[in-house]
Amino acid sequence: MNNLISMRDLKRAEIESILDFAARIEQGDVRPDLTGKLAALLFAEPSTRTHFSFDTAMKRMGGQTLSMSGTSSTSLQKGESLADTLKTISMYADLIVLRSAVEGSARFASEVVDIPVINAGDGANQHPTQALLDLYSIIKTQGRLDGLSIALVGDLKFGRTAHSLVQALSEFSPRFFFISPQHLALPSYLLEDLREAGVPYQELTSLDGIVPDLDIMYVTRVQRERFVDPEEYERVKNSYVITPAVLEGAQPTLRVLHPLPRVNEVSTAVDRTTHAYYFQQAANGVPVRQAILAKLLGTEGTK
Amino acid sequence: MKQLKVDAIRNGTVIDHIPAGKAWQVAEILKIHGSQMLVGMNLGSRKHGRKDLIKIEDHELSSDEANSIALIAPMASISIIRDYEIAEKIPVAIPEAIAGLILCPNPACVTNLEHIKTHFVTSPQHGDGRIRVRCSYCEKRYLVDDVRIST
Repeated sequence: MNNLISMRDLKRAEIESILDFAARIEQGDVRPDLTGKLAALLFAEPSTRTHFSFDTAMKRMGGQTLSMSGTSSTSLQKGESLADTLKTISMYADLIVLRSAVEGSARFASEVVDIPVINAGDGANQHPTQALLDLYSIIKTQGRLDGLSIALVGDLKFGRTAHSLVQALSEFSPRFFFISPQHLALPSYLLEDLREAGVPYQELTSLDGIVPDLDIMYVTRVQRERFVDPEEYERVKNSYVITPAVLEGAQPTLRVLHPLPRVNEVSTAVDRTTHAYYFQQAANGVPVRQAILAKLLGTEGTK
Repeated sequence: MKQLKVDAIRNGTVIDHIPAGKAWQVAEILKIHGSQMLVGMNLGSRKHGRKDLIKIEDHELSSDEANSIALIAPMASISIIRDYEIAEKIPVAIPEAIAGLILCPNPACVTNLEHIKTHFVTSPQHGDGRIRVRCSYCEKRYLVDDVRIST
């Protein structure tokens, strides 16, 4: 692995190797040493968890970071091409973590620089480190990745975390339920991929009747600004709010995941149930990103 | 059926069975300068209803050129003509990857914002026989009919 750009590039064995390595890091079985390594964290779009967890992951392994948030502090503002900016930064750092609204920017970055690139989110396209930490959370809570029933709820059209997760899980014989307002449904190109791979799925507009079947409920935010018609938003917004009542009848092992930030789509009352897992999920971002950074910097380390 | 009269060529290439209305696009992709071309549009065809046809004088299409038009004319039949006779038929094959020929319709794609040669991967044909291409950068998939040819 030279870069991490898209879940599309990862085969099942590579996914398992990253997750296994993350588990060994978390348990203290391995301690990769990144002393003297410098990661440039370029976040052209706002991010809290992803940015901080990369920063934390680097520093936990003795590495250092250069951080840049927004484009205003870079020469991109002066009209410099992304290619030139990246090439320059690659002269200083050992690895680039890139978040951008431009789709395909991380793939492009990996072609113009000679150091490893990690995609930390490119527009509505991919967010592979999030997908990997989601898989890590699933395996930690379910003990396996294979053959699970997973509902993705909310905005599935623009939610790149949902896109990456669907692709990542497709390797593990899942059964999918996609629950969203009609105009925020999963993009047709992803559904086509699933049909080609023979992965069963159902598209629904509500969770009614399926909760007892689920192992994982992955909730994303339905954003008001995605609706052309405000009345439509008011009408549907509560269909996608998870409350303890919605979770009645669920298997005791059902876990609710959410990439965060949440607004009101998972009520705080759910936090007190055994189904809530979203804060641990966010914490899982650190060992998973440590594993990815250490693999790409070629220092898998031993105890 | 009444046939439109198009002069035979002595040496060159005949591209037949182009989907009706696509002849200009084929000519644009081939970018053949200096050769005389005859373009027939909406001709009657026994096999496909209506079709377009192009005759190019004194230019023999290479197989790379033939494959470059495969995306929009996958059923085209290409004949090399020497001394008024068909000397050779060139098969048209849809390439697995297409570099630079088409533009990504996604306005948020990096290929529309930076100076990058586009790159697409073709998908196996579905039951509907329509060709789909996936942008290697933004990863969106499109029907060939929905992409623009870069000229």
